[in-house]
Amino acid sequence: MFFQKDLETMRRSDLEALQLTRLKHFVQYCYDNVAFYHKRMDEAKFDPAKLQTLSDIQYIPYTTKEDIRDNYPTGLFACPMKDIVRLHASSGTTGKPTVVGYTRRDLDIWSDCVARLVTAAGATDEDIVQISFGYGLFTGALGLHYGLEKIGATVIPISSGNTDKQVMMMNDLGVTALVSTPSYALYMSEAAREKGVLDQLKLRLGLFGSEGCTPAMRDQIEKSFHIFATDNYGMSELCGPGVSGECELRCGMHINEDHFYPELINPNTLERAALGEVGELVVTTLTKEGFPMLRYRTKDLTTIDYEPCKCGRTFARMAKPMGRSDDMLKIRGVNVFPTQIESVLMTEPHIGGHYQLVVRREGYMDTLEVKVELTDGSLLENYGSLEALQRKVQSDLKSVLGIQAKVNLCEPKSIERFQGKAKRIVDLRGEGDI
Amino acid sequence: MTIKQLSIFVENKPGRLAEITGILADEHIDIRAVCVADTREFGILRLIVDDPESAAKRVKAHDCTCTLSEVLVLRIDDQPGGLAGPMKMLSAVGISVEYMYAFVSKDKDAAYVIFKVEDIAKAVETLQQGGVRLASQEEIRAL
Repeated sequence: MFFQKDLETMRRSDLEALQLTRLKHFVQYCYDNVAFYHKRMDEAKFDPAKLQTLSDIQYIPYTTKEDIRDNYPTGLFACPMKDIVRLHASSGTTGKPTVVGYTRRDLDIWSDCVARLVTAAGATDEDIVQISFGYGLFTGALGLHYGLEKIGATVIPISSGNTDKQVMMMNDLGVTALVSTPSYALYMSEAAREKGVLDQLKLRLGLFGSEGCTPAMRDQIEKSFHIFATDNYGMSELCGPGVSGECELRCGMHINEDHFYPELINPNTLERAALGEVGELVVTTLTKEGFPMLRYRTKDLTTIDYEPCKCGRTFARMAKPMGRSDDMLKIRGVNVFPTQIESVLMTEPHIGGHYQLVVRREGYMDTLEVKVELTDGSLLENYGSLEALQRKVQSDLKSVLGIQAKVNLCEPKSIERFQGKAKRIVDLRGEGDI
Repeated sequence: MTIKQLSIFVENKPGRLAEITGILADEHIDIRAVCVADTREFGILRLIVDDPESAAKRVKAHDCTCTLSEVLVLRIDDQPGGLAGPMKMLSAVGISVEYMYAFVSKDKDAAYVIFKVEDIAKAVETLQQGGVRLASQEEIRAL
């Protein structure tokens, strides 16, 4: 199923022509309306009027999260506030939040983009959708909300929290699709099982986002909820959810390329990554009016496949980000992504889906502790089987990560649950010695 | 002739044993014997109680990981050599004891020894042939 079939299945040559027309206009628009971009282009001696091909974009400087922060709160807005009809802000984990603004047209395009991805994921106007993302300044909830309304689905804006009520509504209203973070979905399935209603739910679709989800974790959610789950991708700097999403074939997330022009770069050299290589995703928002982003460095590491998909869509597909260049942990000089650890833990049946990583520095050595919850009582016959479980997970982690980790078995529900993005990493280095 | 033992996974942190035994107290579960060995981070709390099924149900409802398993309980005379005899019988047929703990009964001149072996059937047969008395679940409940 398609929401805008003519656009989503465009020939690549037509798409590139459209992208070039839009890019020319967009770069000029940024130059004329945002002092920061004007100055940056001048400094780089780039004349927007001379942009002739898509690859000329490489002469335009990147924009980073720091640039947004330096221009807090509205320095990068291209419109007067009179034309802005909505503001959102991202969860600023450090310092000030990132404030983004939308014109009426921005909101319309945003909801089109979301409508495309939820349709691609299998949602229809028959679906009753519970949105368990936190509402408010966060773009996730309202982004999905308007996109789902646009396709005619029935939207329940329950927001996050109050898990008992979530399960009750899901059961009583015959909810067929769930929008949440994967970790909260897992938590809700535990709650539904405890209430004894898990098997009578009508859920069939899970639309997950806002935090990474490994295939193993998704399998677990699909099995416990009996649903079909897809991932989608976005960030408030670019619009929120709606940048890309999986179709039912789940072979990468289709980027809405008519509105978002993607590039991949090597995060160290800042040069364009070779085709098929892993790189940091850089996105230009071709049609944004309120908060236009020129070559925004997302920090997400991914690959892009330009082959048309079997579903009929020609939009390029990005892989699930394999990590954020700033989420990456460097432990004893080795790059470690939490997703690698998750993929190991999810294959172990005796432990639950929640985990926490604690990084410490002892003397001159970094140590990694992985806390997991023991959920299977059958190993309590003797210490030997518990220790064997610890050793097995440790050796599996060693083979995936290349470094030794200490696995700590904890009691069920003892690891903190999160209703929004899970905070699974506790980095204690820099405190105490050294 | 086996008894159900409740094993509960316990993290090694202050107050945890108080919480778990508190759950059992609230349910009026009477503890006959208790044994806890620990590694650095976690331990297994093993309990012989008057009503193992409802004890297991209660602690599970409090999100504890636990299991019920079969153990043997010897009723021996509370005097020197009381334990040595049965142990010799087991070792003579090559049965080794994985772990063991004991309690002395209140009013009788007897002690109860709880132990875990791999081959329960063979141990029961050996001990019964040797005239050793094994306690039943009923007897433990009634103590």
